[in-house]
Amino acid sequence: MRFARSTYPTPQLIDNMKTPAPSLWKATFAIVRKDLAAEFRSFELVSAMLVFSLLVIIIFNFALELNIEVRKTVNAGVLWATFAFAGTLGLNRSMSVEKDRGCMDGLLLAPVDRSAIFFGKALSNLAFMLVVEAIVLPVYSLLYNVNLLRLDLVGVILLGSIGYTSVGTLLSTMSAQTRTREILLPILLFPVAMPVLLASVKACSGLLAGDAIEDILTPLNLLIVYDVVFIAVAFMVFDYVVEE
Amino acid sequence: MQPRPIALKILDVVSIILLAVSAYLALVFAPTELVMGDVQRVFYFHIGTAWVGLLGFVLAAIAGIAYLATKNMMWDRFEVAAVEVSTVFFFITIALGSIWARPIWGTWWTWDPRLTTAAITELIYVAYFMLRQGIEEPEKRARFGAVYTLLGGLSAPITFMSIRLAQSRTIHPVVIGVQNAEAKGDFGMTPDMRVAFFFALFAFTVVFIDFMWHRLRLANMQEKAEQLKLKASM
Repeated sequence: MRFARSTYPTPQLIDNMKTPAPSLWKATFAIVRKDLAAEFRSFELVSAMLVFSLLVIIIFNFALELNIEVRKTVNAGVLWATFAFAGTLGLNRSMSVEKDRGCMDGLLLAPVDRSAIFFGKALSNLAFMLVVEAIVLPVYSLLYNVNLLRLDLVGVILLGSIGYTSVGTLLSTMSAQTRTREILLPILLFPVAMPVLLASVKACSGLLAGDAIEDILTPLNLLIVYDVVFIAVAFMVFDYVVEE
Repeated sequence: MQPRPIALKILDVVSIILLAVSAYLALVFAPTELVMGDVQRVFYFHIGTAWVGLLGFVLAAIAGIAYLATKNMMWDRFEVAAVEVSTVFFFITIALGSIWARPIWGTWWTWDPRLTTAAITELIYVAYFMLRQGIEEPEKRARFGAVYTLLGGLSAPITFMSIRLAQSRTIHPVVIGVQNAEAKGDFGMTPDMRVAFFFALFAFTVVFIDFMWHRLRLANMQEKAEQLKLKASM
């Protein structure tokens, strides 16, 4: 029996058909680029987070009567409560958009490592949170006559946001697939992310009280430990969360 | 329905006896503490329930990892059983602690590192049940549950460390090991107290195993009922 030669793919043809899977970094940045591009067209997410943050600050203003004496001790707490609430808003939205429009299935079908999806989503969530923080900090400084635009403070906030969004991305991927969805994310996220909030508030209030970096090393180290541990764990278990 | 296995029946009786003996040892046999008086007797059950509570959370995290590795539903049932039993025991720990704290610290609750961590830990596992409730497919529910117990098991100790390091003063007594100089309500154990203490630990461990067994049996029966329902509908 003879095989028809022409229907057999030659090695040459196989080589042409195989496009190499993109590297992890390329795939990650493709997802980040997609999210940022979608956001730049509508500004839905960032604008909602931003208005929400300002409203939270106004509520705190009345709830705590933020006069000069009170503010000395609660600035860091108010800021982090604001970031945490606004953060869940963004995390919820960014994941439910993927789910509702069936984009998640598309992403899962792409021949890339699943961790690229995690890192991509986590990085874009981080970017949204940082944009909001970058606007809230100067506004808060202006409203309450306190200088929050300091490099050390920004560094602590960056570390805190990294931990918060990495766990948040993992948990929002889970909550987006449940029946209760939006309500579930803060309930899942807040108790698990408590160390980040605690350490960030401690470090920030230390800095605002005029402590040097050496004095806040303990919360700072904890933040770094949390970031490393939870990025690693989220990266390892993300596969189980998107598996169908 | 299958009848209870004979070993489980024996364990039930043994648990009840052990619990009764432990109650006797704690409430009658152990000497009354000189400063705090009778309210100190809460301590024996406080430690007993706390021990099995934490044991269950650790077991749940291990079962979670085992589930993710093997995808065997047996591990999922084990994990749910452990979290369910432990959440109840841990709540009892907090309640008993509160009862003791009222006369000794003068308040039901204070934001001490241990108390705060206990509250957050309890909330993590309440959130765990809410997560499971929101998922229909058993396989997905098992996966998500396993991931969450893993995160919770990692986060709770870090929470404790971060509060402990941020606020080095704590008033919670440390009875075993290095004593806490600033603790309010600290005491040294007499030999008789030690007997009651270790017996309570032992009794609650047996009770915990008994509850776990019942809960696992219930889960297995639920599973069977589901399968029968499926068969009947086909």
